Amino acid sequence: MINEIETRLARGLIEEIHRNSKHPVRLMEFCGGHTVAILKFGLRQLLPPTVQLFSGPGCPVCVTSVRDIDKIIALSQQPGVITATFGDLLRVPGSHSSLQQSRAMGNDIRVVYSALEALDMARQCPEKTVVMIGIGFETTAPTIAASLLQAQKENLRNYKVLSLHKITPPVIQALLAAGEVRIDGIICPGHVSAIIGARPYDFIPSRFNIACAITGFKLLDILEGISSLVKQIEEGRAEVVIAYRSAVRPEGNLTALSLLDSVFEVTGAEWRGIGRVARSGYKINNTFREFDAAEFYKLSPSGQGEPAGCLCGDILRGVRLPADCRLFGRSCIPEHPVGPCMVSAEGACSAYYLYGGLNG
Amino acid sequence: MDKTILLAHGSGGKLSHELIRSLIAPGIANDLLNRMDDSAILDISGRIAFTTDSFVVNPLFFPGGDIGKLAVCGTINDLSVMGASPLYLSLSLIIEEGLPTADLEKIMHSISAMTAATGVRVVTGDTKVVNRGSADKLFINTAGIGSVPDGLNISGANAQPGDQIILSGTIGDHGVAVMAGREKLRFKIPVESDCAPLNSLTADIISFGQAIHSMRDPTRVGLATTLNEIASQSQVDVVINETSIPVKEAVNSACELLGLDPLYVANEGKLIVFAAADQAQAILNKMQQNPLGRDSAIIGEVRAKHSGHVVLKTAVGASRIIDMLSGELLPRIC
Repeated sequence: MINEIETRLARGLIEEIHRNSKHPVRLMEFCGGHTVAILKFGLRQLLPPTVQLFSGPGCPVCVTSVRDIDKIIALSQQPGVITATFGDLLRVPGSHSSLQQSRAMGNDIRVVYSALEALDMARQCPEKTVVMIGIGFETTAPTIAASLLQAQKENLRNYKVLSLHKITPPVIQALLAAGEVRIDGIICPGHVSAIIGARPYDFIPSRFNIACAITGFKLLDILEGISSLVKQIEEGRAEVVIAYRSAVRPEGNLTALSLLDSVFEVTGAEWRGIGRVARSGYKINNTFREFDAAEFYKLSPSGQGEPAGCLCGDILRGVRLPADCRLFGRSCIPEHPVGPCMVSAEGACSAYYLYGGLNG
Repeated sequence: MDKTILLAHGSGGKLSHELIRSLIAPGIANDLLNRMDDSAILDISGRIAFTTDSFVVNPLFFPGGDIGKLAVCGTINDLSVMGASPLYLSLSLIIEEGLPTADLEKIMHSISAMTAATGVRVVTGDTKVVNRGSADKLFINTAGIGSVPDGLNISGANAQPGDQIILSGTIGDHGVAVMAGREKLRFKIPVESDCAPLNSLTADIISFGQAIHSMRDPTRVGLATTLNEIASQSQVDVVINETSIPVKEAVNSACELLGLDPLYVANEGKLIVFAAADQAQAILNKMQQNPLGRDSAIIGEVRAKHSGHVVLKTAVGASRIIDMLSGELLPRIC
């Protein structure tokens, strides 16, 4: 919902993009939040045909591997465990089941808005072990880190975290290095950049000569980002431009970064559709080992891998669009999702299905 | 009275009678209820509207209301949007043992305040107490009966091409207030629930008779889903304009923060009217004179296509289909 002044400014930016765009460009919006916003605003209808947008792997639930989902479900079935999770994860199908089904079978699984709620549960239920499922990028990781510091301070040994956090820049690098899709510019994530800053993206223009714009999620933010990318590309420049100055500083949020440093160490991580990417995940470090659910519960679920016919992996790499998948909108719909991209509110398939009806 | 409700309060024996006589009945007493027979005998003629609804909101108390107010308003509103004048309610309480008696007292107080304000009478009821864990503090069911004046033909299936769609005020207030009321959210949102009985608002416009084609209150599932229901029932297309839908700034910000779309967030005191084009302005004027309809606006219209789509025209001139709400990840809010 936007007001009159914003509408006028938005129209101005749209005109500017039309004026400046001469050559066809392919821009990847890394973040699922951007995919949703772009479709919700109907932006594709308003941009010139030369500007093509496609989504990247920026949906935390979507990039979680089937194996990790199976691990979470197995964890929820351990005796004496309360599983605390963000809502999106509930419906994601694993190899055999989902957290939602596990909950219906009587396992104690609770939806939380923040890790601090899970910490409260641990305080209130000393006879149970509360496991917070740490899923997300650099945005959610700091609050999980804060909860671990607090748990250590209070000696809350019945609080554990299963850290499946992912780090953004290394996966962008992996996508660019693979060279599977043509990318002329990247709309960099807004909230992630508020934490890590702009500098971690410097390798993108310098090594790959690809333009970057960090933007927020409002219509004006996104239009400003796209306009900046179009201008850079047309002028033959490649830089990291911050089009989200209210939230992002070049050096990032130093407090949050030091929280991350004190609790996590960087490790390789498994990404759905992309595979193992070096230095792209956060693991709980040795100091906090007693709070690490992965250490505490030895979980090795027997998975079957990706659901047959599901193109989530290709969609996360930007190789295909949701409509290319023969399951999309047929056997895979938000009520009965086959893959994670149809489950998560930030998933590309869900966004295209919900908002893409009119040539979105 | 005990400080908490015990299983024995639902036994049907002495403690049950004490609970009903001292705490439940006094505020809602009337000659029909006071008879305490197994059912109420009602003297009604003509067309009758009959509805029922169950309320399981968490938390029981939220900014702008509580489960009691909600249980009375919800059923009154379901009657009102059919053009009925609400007359009688049943009130059924399912209480989890251990509920503080003071909470029940507060809730009964808001129930009696609402029945007094609307003139609708509770004429029959039931109270059960279940083991801890078998319910969540308190569930309420209300059923209601209202009389429908002759000459009305209101239904979700009656929307006609050309109809103007009037919305009685800002959307999303209730859903956001309830979420803010959940103690676990660690920030304050200055929004109150819009929970209110709509019978005075519908009574104000009922004289427009057949010019009113459809009415509905966009409750749990929000404006978008309610419009979809009507579009699909009536087999028409609906087009609404983003800029004409009123949303409070605080609701907008809270929705952004929580990743919600106000179009899908619950309301408990809003009315949507599908009105014949030639009468729409007069109906709008009438609604704006009622305090509950002060911010009423025409938000869109019905198109002649038969696809059952709801299309939103965005502020910058793009269009997108808005679908029904899919799934449910939100806390219980009604």
